[in-house]
Amino acid sequence: MTQINVRVDGASYSDDVEPRTLLVHYLREQLGKVGTVVGCDTSNCGACTVHLDGESVKSCTVLAVQADGSEVTTIEGIAEGGELHPMQKAFHEKHGLQCGYCTPGMIMASIDLLKNNPNPSEHEIREGIEGNLCRCTGYVNIVRAVQQAAGKMSSTAGAQA
Amino acid sequence: MTLTDEPTTAEAPVKEVGNARLRKEDARLITGKTTWTDNMVLPGMLHMAFLRSPVAHATITNLDVSAAKDRPNVVAVFTGQDFKDEQGSIPCAWPVTPDMVNPGHPSIAVDTVNHVGEAVAIVVARTRTAAVDAVEAIDVDYENLPVVLDMETAVQDGADLVHASTSSNTSYHFVFDAGEAGTGSDTDAAFRDAEVTVSRRFVQQRLIPAFMEPRSAVVGVQGDNYTLWSATQIPHILRVMGALTTGIPEHKLRVVAPDVGGGFGGKLQVCPEEILALLVARRLGKPVKWTETRSESLMTAHHGRDQVQFIDVAAKKDGTVTGLRVRLLADMGAYLRLITPGVPALGAFMFPGIYKFPAYRFECDGVFTNKVPTDAYRGAGRPEATFAIERIMDELAVELDMDPMELRRKNWINAEEFPFTTVAGLEYDSGDYEQATQAALELLGYDELRAEQKRRRESNDPVQLGIGISTFTEMCGLAPSRVLGSLSFGAGGWEQASIRMLPTGKVEVVTGSTPHGQGHETAWSQIVADELGVPFEDVEVLHGDTAISSRGLDTYGSRSLVVGGTAVVKAAEKVVAKARKIAAHLLEASEDDLEFSGGKFSVKGTPGAGLGIQEIALAIFAAHDYPEGIEPSIDAEAAFDPVNFSFPHGTHLCAMEVDTETGFVKIRKYACVDDIGNIVNPIIVEGQMHGGLAQGISQALYEEAIYDADGNLTTGTFVDYLLPSAADLPDFATGNTTHAATSNPLGAKGVGEAGCIASTPAVVNAALDAVRHLGVEDILMPLTPERVWRAIHTGGDGGARAAEGSNAYGGARTTESGYEEADK
Repeated sequence: MTQINVRVDGASYSDDVEPRTLLVHYLREQLGKVGTVVGCDTSNCGACTVHLDGESVKSCTVLAVQADGSEVTTIEGIAEGGELHPMQKAFHEKHGLQCGYCTPGMIMASIDLLKNNPNPSEHEIREGIEGNLCRCTGYVNIVRAVQQAAGKMSSTAGAQA
Repeated sequence: MTLTDEPTTAEAPVKEVGNARLRKEDARLITGKTTWTDNMVLPGMLHMAFLRSPVAHATITNLDVSAAKDRPNVVAVFTGQDFKDEQGSIPCAWPVTPDMVNPGHPSIAVDTVNHVGEAVAIVVARTRTAAVDAVEAIDVDYENLPVVLDMETAVQDGADLVHASTSSNTSYHFVFDAGEAGTGSDTDAAFRDAEVTVSRRFVQQRLIPAFMEPRSAVVGVQGDNYTLWSATQIPHILRVMGALTTGIPEHKLRVVAPDVGGGFGGKLQVCPEEILALLVARRLGKPVKWTETRSESLMTAHHGRDQVQFIDVAAKKDGTVTGLRVRLLADMGAYLRLITPGVPALGAFMFPGIYKFPAYRFECDGVFTNKVPTDAYRGAGRPEATFAIERIMDELAVELDMDPMELRRKNWINAEEFPFTTVAGLEYDSGDYEQATQAALELLGYDELRAEQKRRRESNDPVQLGIGISTFTEMCGLAPSRVLGSLSFGAGGWEQASIRMLPTGKVEVVTGSTPHGQGHETAWSQIVADELGVPFEDVEVLHGDTAISSRGLDTYGSRSLVVGGTAVVKAAEKVVAKARKIAAHLLEASEDDLEFSGGKFSVKGTPGAGLGIQEIALAIFAAHDYPEGIEPSIDAEAAFDPVNFSFPHGTHLCAMEVDTETGFVKIRKYACVDDIGNIVNPIIVEGQMHGGLAQGISQALYEEAIYDADGNLTTGTFVDYLLPSAADLPDFATGNTTHAATSNPLGAKGVGEAGCIASTPAVVNAALDAVRHLGVEDILMPLTPERVWRAIHTGGDGGARAAEGSNAYGGARTTESGYEEADK
C-alpha cells in the first residue's frame, strides 16, 4: 500500500492505495465518485475522462499513485455555485446525450478541447473528441453541443476580458 | 441544482405532444448523479469473477480450484458441478418451429465448453481484484473437440457437431410460403414463368451490440427474498425468467434496472451471469456483484446479425417484380438464448419490403456453431431483410438497365393503396413512399450529385462518386399478442401503465416500458401533461423496478411509445373518467354536462365554475365528500395490446466517394426522410435517427466480429472491434413526413430502429454505384479499404479481411493470404 494525497473536486483526500490501483477505480471505489465511469479496458472509449491538474486524461490510464499531490476534477466538480458548466448546459440543450454513459467523459474531453482551441471547426471538434466513443447519438448533436459551448464560453471570456 | 434554462411556468402549455422538450433525464446524466448498477454497494457485498474457456469446443477433463480457494480474501469458488442441479437452462422464449432442437444452455459449463468465453468457474471474493487474481490460480485441462464455425460447412451431412446430443447442427427449418399461407401465389410458378431472374448471395456479418455501459448485476439478499439490480433492458421479463430458471419464487424476486447505459438489443437477455449471481447469492446468503470488463462483454454478451442470405427475384422485362425467394442460414452460435431463433424468423415478414410481390417464399435454417450465441441487435431480423431486398432491387435494376429509383417506384405500394396487405400477410396501414422519396432527393441534392458522378466517371477521376438508395419499411410496435402467439413466441406484446394522482396534485406515471437512454421520462411526461392538462414539471415517470412497476414487457422493437405510450394514454383516460364522477358530485352537476379541458372540469354554459383535476386529487385523498358507490381514488391502470404492428418507412440516400487507388470510402452526404407517424418530441426523434444511422452505417463500413480458425474472437477489444468515433462519421441530413399510424391513438410508428434498418444497404449500394462500371458487383461488409481495393483491382467481393477465418468471408478457415503458414 502507498499513501497518496489528492484534491478531488475541491476536497482533499489522503488514502492508502495498492500501487496497481487505477485512478478511475480509486475515484469510484474509494472516494465514491461514481459519476466517472469505466467503459472499456483498453483506453479506447474515454468514458472515464477526468482532468488531472487541468489536463484531460483517461483515468483508466493513470495510476492512482501518479495522481499523488495533484488536483483532479471530475464531472461532479465542474458546476460552480449551483450553475451548470456551459458544456453541461450545451449537452442538455443540444440533446448531446441519450443513455448518458459516455457523457461524463465526453463533457470533460470537450472542455479540454475548447481550452486548447476555443473556436474549433466542425472537423476539429470531430478529430478532437475521437478518443471518446458514444454508441447512442451518432455524434451529430455532440458536435453541435461543443459548438454551442464554444460560442458561449468565448463570449463569456470576451465579456470578462 | 436545476437546469436553469428549463421553462418553469406553472401553466401547462397549450400542447406538449409535438413540443421539442429538453429531456428531464439529462439533469442527472450531465452531472454524474447517476445510478449505474456498478455504482451499487451493499453491506458485506462480495465480488464475482469468472474463469472463462480459452477454447471453442472441448471436454473439461480436469478442474482444480483448490489453490484459488486458498488465495487471500477468497470466500468461495464454484464450478459447473456445484450448480448443475439448480442452474437449469438459460430460457429460449421463441421456439419458432414445433421440432426446433434446443440442446439447453447451462449458465456455467459442466462437462463441455461450446464457445470461447463460456464460464467455467466462479471466484467469489471480498474485493474485485482479489476475485480476479484468484481466477489465475485455477487449474483446468481441456480435451479439444472439433470446432464448428462455418455455417455452410456445418449444415453438410456428416459435419462435425457442436452438440453431441443432436443429430445435426441445424436447430430448426422455418418456412413461410405465401402460396401456402394464402397471402400470395405460387412461388415456383412465378420463377418458372419469369422473364428475368436475379440471384445473389449476401452476407450479414456478425456484429456486437457494444452498449457503452458494460453489463453488471448486483444481488441483495433479504431472508429468502432477493433483489437483482441489473444493467438490463428487460427487468420484467428477467424477473419471470429468473424465477423460472433458478426456482426462486417469482414473488420473492425483485428486479431493478436503474440507470442503464444503452442496450440496442444487447441487454434484451437473460444472461448466464445474472442467473449465476442469483445462485451464488442464494448459496452464500450474501450480496454479490459482477461487472464485466469490455473484453468480457465483447466475447460473451450476445452478438447480432450473422446470416448468409440466398435471395432470388423474378421480374418481367419492364421491371415489374413477380416473385421473391429467400433462403437463409442464420448463425445461432453455440446455444439458443432468449430470442436467438426468432430474430431471423421475424425478418421473414420484411423481405418483401415496400414492394408488391405477388409470390414469396422464405426458408431459414438456424445453425449451431462454436461461437457466442446471437440474439437481438437493433432491428433484429429487419435490418437483414431490408439489406437483402434493397441490395437485390439494385441488382435487378442493373440487370434490366433501369434507374434504381424508377424500378422501385414501379413496384412500390402507392399512397392511395393503403391499407395494403402484403404478400407476407402484414397489413401496412399508412404512408406515402413517393412523398418521402421526393423530399429525400431534394435533401440530398440528388440531380447535382448525379451530374458530378457523370463528370467524375467521364474524366476517369481516381475518386469516383456513387449514390445509394434504400426505400425501406419496418414492422415496429412489437407486438399484437395474438400474432406473437401464432408465431409461437413465449409471451405477449401488450404494455402496462398506471397513473397515481398524489394529494398535492403531482402525478406519478408508472410504465412497464423500461428505458435505457431513449427519454421515456420526458416523452411520457409530455403525453400525460396533455391528457390530464397538468404541467409537464408535475409529472414523474417511474420505471424499471418490478416492485414499483409490477407488470411490463420492457423496451425493444421500437415498441415503447407505440405500445407503452398508448397504455399511458389509456390509463390517463381512466383517471379522467374517475375524476369526472367526483367533479360532477362536487360541482353538483350531471357528468354529461361536464367538459374537461386544460386540466379542468367545468359545467357547460357556466363560465367560471370549475374544478381542476389536481384539486380533485386532494379532495379524494381527504375523501370527506365523494359520491356513494365509488372508490376513493382516481388512480388508474391500463394495459394496451395493439391489434397491428406499426410500419415506419422512409427513403435513405447516401452519396459516397470511393478512392479507386486506395479503396478508401467516404460518405459525402447522407440524407433521409422518415415517416414515423406522429411525433411526440422532435428532439428525441432526431437523436434516435442519428444514433440508428450511425449503427447502420457502421455495419456497412466498420464493424465485424471475427473469429479465427480455432474459434477465438479476434475482435475482443475496442482496439480491434471498430466502433466509429466522431471523426469516422458524417453529419446527417434528416427529415420527416407524417402519416399517422392507425393502430394507436398517438398515431406513432416507432423510431428507435429506423436509421439502423434503413441505412446499411444505402451505404453499400452507394459504394457499388461508384465502382460498378469498373466491374465490381458486390463487396462484403464492412467495406474496409482493403476489401474495396481488392474488389476493384482483383475482382470478386473483396474477400476476407487480413485476419484469417473471417466469418464474413463465408468460411472460417482460409489460407488465401498464407497467414497460417507464416505463423508456423
